[in-house]
Amino acid sequence: MLKVNNLHASINDKEILKGINLEIKPGEVHAIMGPNGSGKSTLSAVIAGKEEYVVTEGNVVLDGKDLSGLAPEERAHKGIFLSFQYPVEIPGVTVTNFIKTAINETRKANGLEELAAKDMLKLIREKSDLLEIDRKFLSRSLNEGFSGGEKKRNEIFQMAMLEPKLAILDETDSGLDIDALKVVAKGVNKLKSANNAVVVITHYQRLLDYIVPDFVHVLYNGKIVKSGGKELAFELEEKGYDWLK
Amino acid sequence: MDLKEKLVSSFLAFENEGKLDLNSNTHAARLEAIKSFEGNGFPSKAIEDWKYTSLKPLLKHDYCLFPTTKSPVGFKNIRKYLLNDIETYTLVFVDGKFSSFLSTTTHDDCDVCVLSSALNRPKYKMVVDNYFNKIANKNESISQLNTAFTIEGAFINVPKNTIVPKPVQIIYFSTGSEKEVLLQPRNLVVVGENSHVQIIERHQNLSEEVTLTNSVTEIFANKRAVVDYYKIQNDTKNSSLIDGTYVSQKMQSVASVNTFSFGGKLTRNNLEFYQEGEGISSHLNGITILNDKQHVDNTTLVNHKFPNCESFELYKGIYSDKSTGVFNGKVIVKHNAQKTNAFQQNNNILMDDGATINSKPQLEIFADDVKCSHGCTIGQLDETALFYMQSRGIPKKEARALLLYAFGNDVVEKIKIPQLKTKIANFIADKLKVDLGFTL
Repeated sequence: MLKVNNLHASINDKEILKGINLEIKPGEVHAIMGPNGSGKSTLSAVIAGKEEYVVTEGNVVLDGKDLSGLAPEERAHKGIFLSFQYPVEIPGVTVTNFIKTAINETRKANGLEELAAKDMLKLIREKSDLLEIDRKFLSRSLNEGFSGGEKKRNEIFQMAMLEPKLAILDETDSGLDIDALKVVAKGVNKLKSANNAVVVITHYQRLLDYIVPDFVHVLYNGKIVKSGGKELAFELEEKGYDWLK
Repeated sequence: MDLKEKLVSSFLAFENEGKLDLNSNTHAARLEAIKSFEGNGFPSKAIEDWKYTSLKPLLKHDYCLFPTTKSPVGFKNIRKYLLNDIETYTLVFVDGKFSSFLSTTTHDDCDVCVLSSALNRPKYKMVVDNYFNKIANKNESISQLNTAFTIEGAFINVPKNTIVPKPVQIIYFSTGSEKEVLLQPRNLVVVGENSHVQIIERHQNLSEEVTLTNSVTEIFANKRAVVDYYKIQNDTKNSSLIDGTYVSQKMQSVASVNTFSFGGKLTRNNLEFYQEGEGISSHLNGITILNDKQHVDNTTLVNHKFPNCESFELYKGIYSDKSTGVFNGKVIVKHNAQKTNAFQQNNNILMDDGATINSKPQLEIFADDVKCSHGCTIGQLDETALFYMQSRGIPKKEARALLLYAFGNDVVEKIKIPQLKTKIANFIADKLKVDLGFTL
């Protein structure tokens, strides 16, 4: 589904990613771990198309198509979803209106009609029920005054609505207590299917107790230095990152 | 002959040909005003309050001072400028003259009619003597000029204990009957005790010719009156507006003036609130969205003179291309005005390198037991917020518009007439060149 080939990327002439190779197949869950500053968030931002980063070598391919040069929204239309570590607050725009706009823009880009108001409402109900989200929450301004847990749940709600092929969860566990973490993980697990894939980016093994990865990759200094099964995460938890440097 | 000389020398002819009553108090006010204007001339950038707005480019035109309409204006020409989906009283002026044909006036529960008849009819002498030119700032030369040439405008007189059932629309059209036209409308709004009125004012050029409007509005809110005033400024690129709006409030009254500036070449809003009693609430709101080389200057004053009053001021601005904005917010809290609660906020977004905003909060506080706050921000659009929206599939252009729309939304939310709220939201969407697909 997604292939990252020898990806090099830099920001302000500073090279952050130094040759990443990664292959993700439908139905898989990958975890990317690594110490601070290893390039985890850069990798997710580059896959999502953030414009400040310059890809100097290599590429990202989704379903056989090279994503180079595509704007973030075009990548989203093709099925890439990035859940933010710090979701942005947008006062004056309700969760519902925001997601409506996102869905209809995606449909438009894929040559589909806008979703009728009635169907949109139905979809919103269905997904908010699935994720056990209080509907009152949906008429609040996007992320404004949300707690850390609410912000992350809102991210997962948007993911549920947009039904991406590939979801990248960037440090979704940061700032969450264990209950909030469980709720978010439960949501992700409900959305998992044989046709989509999830990349979990995290510092700690904690989240991986709830979202169990098929593969774990360790990112260090812009490169994947080790890959393995889920047991690698336990090893990292025990030994730290130093032995891999 | 420059414009000032032309105006001064036209004054006698104006009073004579207008068959104005030379024995009235109004005549005395005009005379005093023209003398003051003759002495001071047009305000220049040397004056502190005019530091960031130059009238010079506007003054080089050879304005026709007393235009006559050549091509008649019908309802179909003006329909789109009116709020049509609700019942309103409507006062339509074309090239400075009242059009009874296009207007809906009333004398039933209150007077919604023209100032010329108020100035000339004995019935209104007391109201005129009590209120006319009583609050307009006599140190503001440009307002004095308006007073000197006062002949026509809106007159809204609401007796006590009256809720005016429909909003009042006041619209001034210019038709381009001359190449360059100067209009000087004058509005007088008197709202009695416990009464309530909503007013929408607009100036609209129907042609591509040059129009300069120098408008003055005096608003008096008596005890416990509620007045909501909305100004729509969305004129053509050859139109400029200098507006002086002066509000005097008696105890426990609530008054709001909401200014929506989206168009025109140069717009200057002098907005002054004077609190003349306890328990008063004053509200000043504005959204300015500019592009090209447009210029809007909001210079405001809230004068707190009595205890236990409040004022809320919220102005937002979005500036693109080479547009320039000015926010000059003066709040005075006199010795006596203890327990004042004054809040002021001015937030601006600059979209392009060439755009400018000059923002100047000015608080003069002489009382010691007050709550006063002010905040001013100037920034750019949040790139992270844009990326966030794009990553959800919202294209950059729409994401930008949505963010800007959200930025101005808290001012739009203050509009109490739903149909007007929709209209303003549409203006904003238009101005930002997007279809939002929903109303917020």
